[in-house]
Amino acid sequence: MNALAARRRHPAAIALLILLGLVVTGVGYSVLAPKTASATTASASQVEEGKKLFLANCATCHGLQAQGTKAGPSLAGVGAAAVDFQMGTGRMPMAAPAVQAPRVNEVRFTQEQIDAVAAYIASLAPGPAIPSPEYTSGENANVALGAELFRVNCAMCHNFAGSGGALTRGKYAPNLRDIEGKHIYEAMVTGPQSMPVFNDDNISPEGKNDIIAYLHAVDKQENRGGMALGNLGPVSEGLFIWVFGLGIMIAFAVWLGRKAA
Amino acid sequence: MSSTPYDADGLRRGDKAPETPYSPGMKKIGGVAGWLDDRTGAAKPIGYLMKKVFPDHWSFMLGEVAMYSMIICLLSGTFLTFWFVPSAGQVVYDGSYVPLKGITMSEAYRSTLDISFDIRGGLLIRQIHHWAALLFIVALSVHMLRVFFTGAFRKPRELNWVIGCILSMLALVEGFAGYSLPDDLLSGTGLRAAEGFMRSVPVLGSYISYFVFNGPFPGESIIPRLYSVHVLLLPAILVGLFTVHIGLVFVHKHTQYPGPGRTNNNVVGFPVMPVYAAKAGGFFFIVFGVVALISGLVTINPIWAYGPYDPSPVTAGSQPDWYMGFADGALRLLPGWLEFEAFGFTFSFNVMIGAILLIPVMYTLMALYPFLEAWVTGDKREHHLLDRPRNRPTRTALGVAALTMYGVLMFAAGNDLMAIKLHLSINDITHILRAAFFIAPVIAFWVTKRICLSLQRKDRDLVLHGRETGRIIRTADGKFFEQHEPLDPYARWNLVDYDTDQPLQLEAPADENGVASPTARKDRVRAALSRFYFDDSVPAVTPAELAAAHHDGHGHEAIEGAPADEDRPALESSRREAPPRP
Repeated sequence: MNALAARRRHPAAIALLILLGLVVTGVGYSVLAPKTASATTASASQVEEGKKLFLANCATCHGLQAQGTKAGPSLAGVGAAAVDFQMGTGRMPMAAPAVQAPRVNEVRFTQEQIDAVAAYIASLAPGPAIPSPEYTSGENANVALGAELFRVNCAMCHNFAGSGGALTRGKYAPNLRDIEGKHIYEAMVTGPQSMPVFNDDNISPEGKNDIIAYLHAVDKQENRGGMALGNLGPVSEGLFIWVFGLGIMIAFAVWLGRKAA
Repeated sequence: MSSTPYDADGLRRGDKAPETPYSPGMKKIGGVAGWLDDRTGAAKPIGYLMKKVFPDHWSFMLGEVAMYSMIICLLSGTFLTFWFVPSAGQVVYDGSYVPLKGITMSEAYRSTLDISFDIRGGLLIRQIHHWAALLFIVALSVHMLRVFFTGAFRKPRELNWVIGCILSMLALVEGFAGYSLPDDLLSGTGLRAAEGFMRSVPVLGSYISYFVFNGPFPGESIIPRLYSVHVLLLPAILVGLFTVHIGLVFVHKHTQYPGPGRTNNNVVGFPVMPVYAAKAGGFFFIVFGVVALISGLVTINPIWAYGPYDPSPVTAGSQPDWYMGFADGALRLLPGWLEFEAFGFTFSFNVMIGAILLIPVMYTLMALYPFLEAWVTGDKREHHLLDRPRNRPTRTALGVAALTMYGVLMFAAGNDLMAIKLHLSINDITHILRAAFFIAPVIAFWVTKRICLSLQRKDRDLVLHGRETGRIIRTADGKFFEQHEPLDPYARWNLVDYDTDQPLQLEAPADENGVASPTARKDRVRAALSRFYFDDSVPAVTPAELAAAHHDGHGHEAIEGAPADEDRPALESSRREAPPRP
């Protein structure tokens, strides 16, 4: 200790301290930082394969260099996450121009093909990468906190139970039932279509995982009070009581009215 | 009609007086009743009530459904008060619903969660309470429509109609207060909207809001205050007014549909004891049973899914319960340019017209309608026989037009759900509904009136010329005609037993000195309204017309002898002169 103390005014000490600080920060960052990098690193052949797929399926609207045209935006900087979300949920390639690309259940590309296109787009400019499964599984997460985050950030468009809601001029926030955690995460970091971006400063990766856990819990939840009527709120309840409540009552009233005489 | 052998008294000629059964059990009951009567004098009024005769028709039971739903609300609501804590005090949830564990919320919300998840039968009772409340307002609205379209609001029942209007309006307020109590996200959003409505009142808005919420929104006072209003003040007024409402039904006697043996001076039906007591009692259990069944099977207001109220979030699809939908729809349709600044104040008429003015204006118009119609018709008689809606084409058409207007507003409250479910643009839906608010009632009025007049003409035709039998007869000289069968007198009665009003002739020109009558302007308005109501009314067939038709036709009918267009002028001419009422 004394030896160290004696050398504290050594000219090299300051340089050594700075070096130490940098190493600690660097190691600390690599340990603590959210792991958003893709698990698989893109190989040159994958990028090449992705470019071919891009030219065949996407370039009509997005341009030969993904620079964008009147029909579709530039894809520089959208990142692998955007490609994985848009193609993985069947939104892209879009079947026909419309106010909004709808989710399609039948995805026409294999995950390898999607990964290849993602690698190609990611090679153009840096952007959000495909999230690591650690933050998209919805496991080891706080459902109650996720529900609160969902209500504060998402419910105003997607409805309290993720049933979806209307936006202006035919656009809409889609239903969030039975969506893969990965896609939920990617939507939050890339902000597809009318959706805002929720980056890691808005909602931390752990928070995003909590939201995914909440949405998965909603998917699995049995309806405590009986039929949920689409989880749409009082409108469907009103429709139900007018059609069924009143209908049954009138049927009984007619029956009873005939009965006596 | 009274000259035919099918008049009211004639039908009852063969009736026997009912025999009262006599048994030892009855004697014992009689003894208890006598003891009670000696001490309370209740025999006379109770006997009066028990002997009241009620006519039978399913549409008369809609009001009963409303009454029973209200009773169900009172019973289930009492159960809920045992556990509900009307407080905005903040607590951390630690109940059995995992997705909310550890979340900070108000005591009101926590106790509602406890009722839903931790109190035996609590969720069922909560759902019964809410479904019964929705059914209450559905049933009273439909009951009100029945009363309107059958003219049951006419003298002497105008006051009861006004009481009914007040009951209906208070039911909306009562429902809204209940909707706002659990302090979930939806009810808090509703309260926030209500606060905005108060603030839209020019000049006074912020004072009213601070007065109601005891400070800035949301504060700690609104939940306990709403609770007192919801469980004490409004139920007391509702039950009190309802007692008067049904008491007046006993005083006025129940109205009945026209039919053989039914006149303006009698009531044909069964006495309360024993028939109606059994029927109505049974119906109560049916209503309770159906509400319980619905509540057991279908979720209503899943407050656990909405989460606790917090002023920052709001959910898509935030709508009020259906009965407030029309006011919400008005808000969604009112254009934004109605908000402007003047004299340093902001005037938010885009909010105020729909949120503050609409409900009182609508109910005032509704309550005034019987008086308006009485003034237009100049009819001072009592009416105990109901109208068939088709026999009052203008009233029916006005009612349908008003209903259409209401319907447009109610649909507008769901514009976002229509947009997403039908893949339409919410902007287009809103624009279309704005136009529909003005256009649809006019179309509805015209279409309804034409349908009513056509149905009346069809009735006239049926009475005069009988039913088409489908039997084709060839005469000896080779002519073909379809045989018509005259209606039997019972069926005919239903089609001819109504009054036809004629437009009032009130044109009072200036007197001999050239001075205009002081009431000239009023008379002109009244005469114009009267023409609007009755100009094209189709009169009921008179006995003379019926006899004439029978003479023409000799059993079959007169039309096929003459070309069809000759029948029209006969109808037209009969319309111009007032047929003498029997």
